Amino acid sequence: MKVGLFIPCYVDQFYPGAAIACLQLLEKLGVDVVYPKNQTCCGQPMANSGFEHLTGGCNDLFIKNFSGFDYVVGPSGSCVLHLKEHLHNHDNPEIATTLSNKLYEFTSFLTDVLKVKTLPARFPHKVGVHQSCHGQRGLHLSQMTELVAPEFSKPGSLLNMVKDIELVPLNRKDECCGFGGTFCVAEEAVSSKMGKDRVEDHLHNGAEYITGVDMSCLMHMEGILHRQGSKVKVLHIAEILNGE
Amino acid sequence: MSEIQNTTNHADLAEVFNNDEARVDWHDETLWWIRSKRDVAVNKISNWEVLRETASQIKHNVLSNLNNYLQQFESNALSNGITVHWAADAKEHNQIVLSILEKHSIGQMVKSKSMLTEECHLNDFLEANGINVIDSDLGERIVQLAKEMPSHIVLPCIHKKKEEIGELFHQHLGTPAGNADPQFLTETARQHLRDTFLTRRAALTGVNFAIAETGEFVVCTNEGNADMGAHLADVHIASMGIEKIIPERKHLGVFLRLLTRSATGQPITTYSSHFKRPNKGKEMHIIIVDNGRSIQLGREDFRNSLKCIRCGACMNTCPVYRRSGGHSYHNAISGPIGSILAPNLDMEKYADLPFASTLCGSCTNVCPVKIDIHQQLYKWRQVIVKNGYVPAAKKASMQIMDWTLSSPTAYHTAGKAGRFVLKYAPFMVNNKLNPWYKHRDMPEPPKESFGEWYKKNRK
Repeated sequence: MKVGLFIPCYVDQFYPGAAIACLQLLEKLGVDVVYPKNQTCCGQPMANSGFEHLTGGCNDLFIKNFSGFDYVVGPSGSCVLHLKEHLHNHDNPEIATTLSNKLYEFTSFLTDVLKVKTLPARFPHKVGVHQSCHGQRGLHLSQMTELVAPEFSKPGSLLNMVKDIELVPLNRKDECCGFGGTFCVAEEAVSSKMGKDRVEDHLHNGAEYITGVDMSCLMHMEGILHRQGSKVKVLHIAEILNGE
Repeated sequence: MSEIQNTTNHADLAEVFNNDEARVDWHDETLWWIRSKRDVAVNKISNWEVLRETASQIKHNVLSNLNNYLQQFESNALSNGITVHWAADAKEHNQIVLSILEKHSIGQMVKSKSMLTEECHLNDFLEANGINVIDSDLGERIVQLAKEMPSHIVLPCIHKKKEEIGELFHQHLGTPAGNADPQFLTETARQHLRDTFLTRRAALTGVNFAIAETGEFVVCTNEGNADMGAHLADVHIASMGIEKIIPERKHLGVFLRLLTRSATGQPITTYSSHFKRPNKGKEMHIIIVDNGRSIQLGREDFRNSLKCIRCGACMNTCPVYRRSGGHSYHNAISGPIGSILAPNLDMEKYADLPFASTLCGSCTNVCPVKIDIHQQLYKWRQVIVKNGYVPAAKKASMQIMDWTLSSPTAYHTAGKAGRFVLKYAPFMVNNKLNPWYKHRDMPEPPKESFGEWYKKNRK
């Protein structure tokens, strides 16, 4: 099984630790994983701003970089969802469909394809789990509180394999953090208020770390935590699952 | 309020709302409490998701056969003795109401809740034509006294604290200054409205459901005010949008089970009243209004928005609505559903609304008729940009971003030159002194990117 590692642009530039953890954990699990060096961005920032028609270049590049793999895995629910919903190729529509079917968000690749049952990780801390909306409501990584349907959580099932971890309950289990791509600057007042409220829920419930499947939400909450001088840290879920 | 009326951009209005953080917290908690009540109520129905799907499919059928159902409804209503009027737009609707009142020389009217009349700005029109209108829904009455628009379709004065309502009642209804006891204020409104009900010869109501099979219509209220108004008046006028049709009476149960559980967490509205024919010596009129709905019906990506039964669940769950208030949407219908309906009426004026969302998708999940609200917000963004209703600076920055991200060389150079992503995506848009910084710190740039690390450590 040959896996292409898709690292979203902001993770590449700002959170190499999250990307390294993904790579190392996949390698530990025996996966032949390669990072195509010419990748840039999935195109979501433009598309969500109403400029999907400008994402042709990003689409072509993504297809060029990743079509040769059995699976493509990326540590971001949001970018993966964008590609699954919008990746297209005008001249060869099938190539885009085939590729988006092979595309997995990191935790769901572990639970659904590798069917991981145990992990050698230990993380003796209180951790709050942020349900990133696009991963949760878009990719159905976990059940949504709005629906009358059975509980499940793919990221949660993996975190439960980690020794000595204590997952803290939240008052609002799956409220958005307010990042929202360009929303975070275009609607600065509401965005930062949403971020403050989300962080407060984790702090109030005693979290020492906030984790999730999307570094963008975590970056937003980290920005707020820093500003407040909090010692609480954010970690991508891969960094916890890849722990000692 | 003057501050709010001077500007018509959601982000600016939301910023004003956020100047009072304690108020934002109160507004957010109040609406979240209703969302939580909704969750408790819907979890008591084990086949809730089946019910939603059923309602969605019934409405699908309605939208696909709307012309036939409307004609069927008209013909049955006529044989029931109801007078049926057709209005192409708000102006025609308002004119029809006025002509009915003028025909009977009526100068005063009582009106129960109708978002359609808000959409048509009926009150302003009638006032300008010398007709006195009193809203009989308590929340509507409060915003009417305050000379404001409703901020929520189900809870019109949810933005007002009880102390502010006490002050309004003190000014307009003569209650003692400083009395903000909800029970006392409600009783005052009740006594005041009782007189209105007894003296008005005309009553206008909305329509929740119009049944094609029988030619009857159903009005849902919690206060019984629609019934009180309609039964005591000589002339009952009911205004409905063309999308309010359901095919048969048996379908009503599906919607009544969904409506108030979604809206407030109650099992059913206190009054679900059926109106089928006028009482002897009285008149009953229905005005069937298009006002842009058939244009929306023709927009393939957006036609499902016409399934809406106006429960307000999308507003209660929306983390943006809860923290920006209904007035920030500068439209009669606010929140997520308002943001997909409004651009159909005026794309330029409401170009900001589809962007007033993080696309979190919670609205779509609570919607009792399964409108894909957040997908439609995304699609409206594309339509609005293609139609040119977007600031030139944003367009230019997006083109630079496209160029950079389409080229690995440009991307890597830009990254090295100062972490491209931080400078441009998604922080680049409207970068007036970088709004990110106002309440949030930037991430600390690492020594090297993952790409650089990989080159050194693998292969």
